Amino acid sequence: MLGLLWLIPALPAAGFVLLMLLNRRLSRPAAAWIGAGSVGLSALVALIVCGSFIVSPPAGDSYHQVLWTWFDVAGFAPTIGFYLDAVSVLWVLVITFVGFLIHLYSTEHMEHDEGFTRFFMYLNLFVASMLVLVLADNMLLLYLGWEGVGLCSYLLISFWQKDPQNVYSGRKAFIVTRVGDTALIAGLFLLFTQLRTLQIQPMLAAAQHSFVPGSAVAVAAALLILGGAVGKSAQVPLQTWLPDAMAGPSPVSALIHAATMVTAGVYLIARTNVLFTLAPDARLVVAIVGTVTLLIAGFSALVQHDLKRALAYSTISQIGYMFLALGVSGWEAGVFHFMTHAFFKALLFLAAGVIIEALADEHDIFKMGGLVRELPAVFWTFTIGAAALAALPFVTDGFYSKDLIIATSLGSVDGSLWFYVGSLVGAFITALYSFRLVFLVFFGERHTEVTRRPRWRQLVPLYALATLSIVGGLVWMPGWVSGFHPLEDFLDTALPQLDLTSRYAAFADGTGGAFVTILIVAVGIGIAWLLWIPWRKSTHAFSESPAVRPLAAYWLGGWGFDWVYERVFVRPVKWFAHAARNDLVDYVVGGIAWLNVAAWRALSAGQTGRLRAYVAVAGFGIVLVLAVVVLR
Amino acid sequence: MILVLYILIPAVAAPVAWLLARRSPALARWTAVAGTAVPLVILVAQWIAKASALQAAFVAKGPGPSGLIAGSWIAHVQTTWIGSLGISFFLAADGLTMIMLLLTFALGLLAVLCSWRGITERVGAFHFMILWTVAGLAGVFLSLDLFLFYFFFEMMLIPMYFLIAVWGHEKRVYAAIKFFIFTQVSGLLMLVAIVALVVIHERATGVYTFDFTQLLGTRMASGTAFVLMLGFFAAFAVKLPVWPLHTWLPDAHTEAPTAGSVLLAGVLIKIGAYGMLRFMVPLFPDAVRDFRTVALILAVIGIIYGAIMAYGQKDMKRLVAYTSVSHMGFVLLGVFAWNSWALQGVILQLVCHALSTGALFIMVGGLQDRIHTRDMDKMGGLWQVAPRMGGTAMFFAMASLGLPGLGNFVAEFLILVGVWQVSHWAAVLGAVGLVFATVYALWMMQRAFQGEETHSWSFADLTRREVGMLGAMIVALVLLGFWPQPLITTAKQTVTGLQLMTGQSTLSWGPTAEAGGPAAGEAALPAADGAAGSTALADDGARQ
Amino acid sequence: MASVSLDHALVLAAILFAIGFAGLLTRRNLIVMLACIEIMLNAAGLAFVAAGARWGQADGQVMFLFVLAMAAAEVAVGLALAIRFRQSLKSLDIDDADEMKG
Repeated sequence: MLGLLWLIPALPAAGFVLLMLLNRRLSRPAAAWIGAGSVGLSALVALIVCGSFIVSPPAGDSYHQVLWTWFDVAGFAPTIGFYLDAVSVLWVLVITFVGFLIHLYSTEHMEHDEGFTRFFMYLNLFVASMLVLVLADNMLLLYLGWEGVGLCSYLLISFWQKDPQNVYSGRKAFIVTRVGDTALIAGLFLLFTQLRTLQIQPMLAAAQHSFVPGSAVAVAAALLILGGAVGKSAQVPLQTWLPDAMAGPSPVSALIHAATMVTAGVYLIARTNVLFTLAPDARLVVAIVGTVTLLIAGFSALVQHDLKRALAYSTISQIGYMFLALGVSGWEAGVFHFMTHAFFKALLFLAAGVIIEALADEHDIFKMGGLVRELPAVFWTFTIGAAALAALPFVTDGFYSKDLIIATSLGSVDGSLWFYVGSLVGAFITALYSFRLVFLVFFGERHTEVTRRPRWRQLVPLYALATLSIVGGLVWMPGWVSGFHPLEDFLDTALPQLDLTSRYAAFADGTGGAFVTILIVAVGIGIAWLLWIPWRKSTHAFSESPAVRPLAAYWLGGWGFDWVYERVFVRPVKWFAHAARNDLVDYVVGGIAWLNVAAWRALSAGQTGRLRAYVAVAGFGIVLVLAVVVLR
Repeated sequence: MILVLYILIPAVAAPVAWLLARRSPALARWTAVAGTAVPLVILVAQWIAKASALQAAFVAKGPGPSGLIAGSWIAHVQTTWIGSLGISFFLAADGLTMIMLLLTFALGLLAVLCSWRGITERVGAFHFMILWTVAGLAGVFLSLDLFLFYFFFEMMLIPMYFLIAVWGHEKRVYAAIKFFIFTQVSGLLMLVAIVALVVIHERATGVYTFDFTQLLGTRMASGTAFVLMLGFFAAFAVKLPVWPLHTWLPDAHTEAPTAGSVLLAGVLIKIGAYGMLRFMVPLFPDAVRDFRTVALILAVIGIIYGAIMAYGQKDMKRLVAYTSVSHMGFVLLGVFAWNSWALQGVILQLVCHALSTGALFIMVGGLQDRIHTRDMDKMGGLWQVAPRMGGTAMFFAMASLGLPGLGNFVAEFLILVGVWQVSHWAAVLGAVGLVFATVYALWMMQRAFQGEETHSWSFADLTRREVGMLGAMIVALVLLGFWPQPLITTAKQTVTGLQLMTGQSTLSWGPTAEAGGPAAGEAALPAADGAAGSTALADDGARQ
Repeated sequence: MASVSLDHALVLAAILFAIGFAGLLTRRNLIVMLACIEIMLNAAGLAFVAAGARWGQADGQVMFLFVLAMAAAEVAVGLALAIRFRQSLKSLDIDDADEMKG
C-alpha cells in the first residue's frame, strides 16, 4: 500500500498536464471533473497510504520511495524520491483534503469565469508542487516544490490578469519570496559543502555528527534556511507580499495563502529541526521573528477595511505563532497549530469568498452588515472559524493548539517571559479582530443587498471545515484536561518531544496557564462585543479622531514596511534601469568611435588640397631631418 | 572522416541553396533544411554508436598532458596543411564537441524553420549565409589546430555580418559593423597570442607547431603566460560576452533577423565558453588562477547589470538580448570556478540557455512578424488575443528565471555550488542575480501579455510550425530539468580530462572542505606523474 | 684672375635657393612658381660648379649640365601642364586646385 506514495503528487500533476493539453477542447464540467477529480483521487490515495502508515507503521517510522536519480555529478546525486513520516503524513492529509474541498468549492465559485480551465490547471500544478515539497526526500527536490508553489502562487494571484494591479501583486509575491529563496539556496550550498549530501535524513545525521553545537557553521546554515522560510511564510521582514496577494480569487487565498503554501516555511523548519537544535542562536531568532510578526500583523489586522486583507494579516499573525513555537523547540506544537489553522483559516477565506460574491464583489466590511438572516449558513460557519481563530475555549480546535503554544512559549526550556507576554497580547488582539469581523460583517444595519446565494458545492466545504474546526483539536488534549493525545504520540515518531522544563513550566502547562489564556480570550471577545455592538458609533468616532487616525493609518499600511522597501530597493533599481537604459558602457564605446571621428576631422583639416601648404610642410620636414643628421 | 562531413555538408549545401533559389525559394529552404538536418542525424547516430566509448572510465594513456589527451577523442582526423609552420588540419571530437555540434545543427535547423515565412527577399543568399555560418561553427568546435580554429573563428563572422546587415531591422548596419569590429579586434588579439605561443614553443623545443595537443604544457614565465592568457581571454570575453565588452550584443541581437538572433544567442556566444574551456584554461592554468578574482567580479557584475538592463528596456528583443548577457555571466562564473560541478553546470547551461533564449527570440520574432513592432509600450493584454503564445512565453520566461523542473535550474545550481567552493560571495551574488532575473522575466510578461489591451491588436495565434518548434524545445527543457543525466554523462570524460590537464598546476578546485577531506566527492589532484591519473578519478565510486 | 672662395659661392647659392623657395611658397601664380623652381635649380647648379672649382674636378660642371637639361625638360612639361591648368580651372592661381582636400 505504501508503494502508492508516488501517486499522491502524480495525480494532480497528471491533471495539470491533461488540462494544459486539452485546454480549449474541454467543456466546463469536464474541466471541473479533471481538476477537482485529480485532487480527490489524490486525497483518496493519501488516505489509503497514510492510513496504512498510521495503522501499521513501517520500520523506523518512515517510508522511503525513490523513483529515479535526478542527476549525478561527481558524487552529488539527488534523487527524485519521496519520504513519508509523521510530519509529511500530516501535511499530505491536510493538503489533499483541504485541497479537495477547495477544489469542490471552486467549481461553483469560478463557474462564470472565462478562465475556468486555466484556473484548475494552475491549481492542480500547485497541489502537485506542494505535495512534492512536503514529500521530498532531499533538499533540492524540496526546493523544486518550493519554487513550484511560488510559481503557481504568482500565476493564481495574477489570475484576473486584465487588471495590471493584480499582475503587480503577483509579481510582488514572486519577487519577495524569491529574495527569501536566495537565502535558502545559499543555505543549500553551505549544507552541501559541509555535509556532502542534500538527502535530508543522511544530511541531518551528518550534521549531528560533524556540526559543533552553536558553531558559526550551524548557525549560518540554520539562519539561511530561516531566510527562505521567512519569505515563503510571509514573516517579518518579508511579509509585505501577502496582503497584496488577496488580489487573487478567494479559493486561491484559502488554499495557497492560508492553508498550505505559507506553511511551507513551518514545514521546512520542522523538517530540518536538527539543524536548529544545533544552533540555539538561530532558534532564538526564529522565536523573535515569530513574536514580532504575530504582534505587528495582529495590530494591522485590527484596522483593516477589506475583509480579505484582514484575514491575510491574521494569517501572517498565526504563522508567527507557529514560528514562535518552533523557535522555542516546540516543534510539535507548531505543527499542531498548522493543522488547526489550516482548517479554520481556509474556512474563513471560503466563507469570505461567498460573502463577497453574494454582495456583488464588495470587499469593504463597513459596507456589509445585517447578514445574519440573509446568509445563515455562512454566518454560523464564519463565526465558528472566527471563534477558532480567537481560540474560544474548549469548543474550537484553535484553542487547543494556541493554548499549547502559549504554554510552550513560557514552559519550554527555551521559553521566556517576553515570548509569553507577547503571545498573550497576540491572543487578546486576535480575539478582538476576529470578532470585530464577525460583528461588522454580520450584525448592524445592512448596507449592501445580497444578490447571490451559495449552493451545495460551496456550502459542503464550509460545513466540512467548520466541523473540523470544532473537533480538530480533540486529537491533542492538554494534560490537565485528559490524557488523550494521539497526535502527540504520532508526531513523537518524527519530531523531538516538547521539553517543558523551564522554571514556570508547572504553571504554564497546568491549569494556571490555561486559566490565563481563557481569561484573555474571553475578555477579548467581550470587549469586541462591546466595541462593535452597543458602542459602534463611538468606536468609529474614536478611530477617526485626530490622535488615533495616524496610528491606525500606520497599522493599516503594514507598519510602513512597503514604504521603506519602495524607497530603499525598488526606486533605486528602477531609476538605474531607466537612467542607464542605453547602456553606460556603450558611452565608452561610443566615446572611442567619437575619438576616431574627431581624429579624422583633425587630420583631414591638414589636407587642405593646397600645394603650397604641402610644399611648406615638406620643406620644413626636410630641414628638420637635415638638422638632426648634421647636429648629431 | 565523419568529422569532415559535419563541415562539408552545410558548406556544400550553401551554394546549392543559393543556386536553387532561382528556381524557387522553397527549394532553397528545403536544401537548407537538409543541410542542417542531415548532419544532425549523422551526429545522433554517431553519438549513439559511441555511447559506450563516452561512458567508459577515463583511461590515461601515458604520462604527460598529450598522453592524457590522446585517449579521450572518440574520433579524429589529422593531416598536414602547411608543413613548414606546423599547421595541420586537425579535427577531433569528444563529449563536449558532440554536445556543441548538436546545438549547432539543431539551432541551425530551427533558424531555417523560423524564417520560413519571414524572409522573402534574396532567399537564396539568406540560406547561403546561414549554412555557411553553420559550417563555420562546426569547424570551430571541431578544430584542435590553433590556426584552423582561428580560421573558422573568423570565417563565421562574415556571413553573420551579412545576415545582420542585409536582412536585419532598422539599425542593422550599425549593429553589424559594431559586431564585426568587436569580434575582429578581439580575434586579432587572440591571433597575436597564438603566434606568440607558437614562437615560444619553438624556442623551447625547436619545432613549429600549431597543434593544441603539442602546445599544452609549454613552459614560459608567468608574466608572459598571463599576457597570452589575456589575449585569448579578450577574444572569448567579447564573444561570451563579458561585461564590459558586451555592448555589441544587444545591438546585434536586436537588429538581426530572427534566424540570426537564434544562431547568435544559441551558438555563437557559446564559442566564448567553449574557447575558454577547450583552449584558454588548459593552456594557461596558472594565469587563469591569478586572474580568477577579477573574472568572478566581472561575471557577477555581468549577471546583475545584464538583468537590470533587461528590466529597463522597452524593446522586447533587446530585453531578451540582455538576458543573454546575464545568463552568460553564470557561465563565466562556472568556467573560473573550475571544478566538476561548475563545469558540468556550464555545459548544461550552454545547452539550456540556447534552447530557452532561442525560443524567446523565435517568439519575439513571430510577434514582430504579426504586429510589426517590438515596442512593449504598444503591447499589453496579448494573452487574450493569442493565449497559446502567452502560455508558451510564460514557460520560457520561467526557464529564463531558473525555475526548478527545467534544465536551466539544474545548470545554474550546479554552477553556483561549484562557485561556492571557490568564493562564497560570488555564489551568493550570483543567486541574487536570480532575483533580478525574476524581475525582468515577470516584467516582460506583464508588459506584453498581461494587463489591459491598450491597442486593439488582432492576429493569429501560434501556427502549427511554430507549435512544433517551440513544443520540441519545451519538451527538451523539461526533460533536461528532470533527467539531465545523458548530457552529463556525455560531458563527463571531457570534464574529467580538462581537470586533469590542469591538475599539475596550482588551479586547484578551491579550499578543501572543513568537514573532511575530498574523499567523498571531487577527484583529488593527481600526483606529479601522470600514471596516477586513473586512480584519482573516484567519480564513479563516491556516492551518497 | 682671383678665385672666388667656396664659402662665398655656397652662401650665394643658399641665398638664391632660399629666395626661390620663399617665392615658391608665397607666390600663387603658377608661372611665377615655375620661375622660382628655376631659381632653386640654378642655385643648386651654382653650388655644384663652385664645389667643382674648389676640388678642381669637372664633375661639378657636368652636374650643372645635367641640372640644365633637367630644368629645360621640366619647364617644358611644367608649362604644358600650366596651359592645361589654365584651360580647366580658368585661372593660374595654385590655390584654386584644392579638389584633393579632406
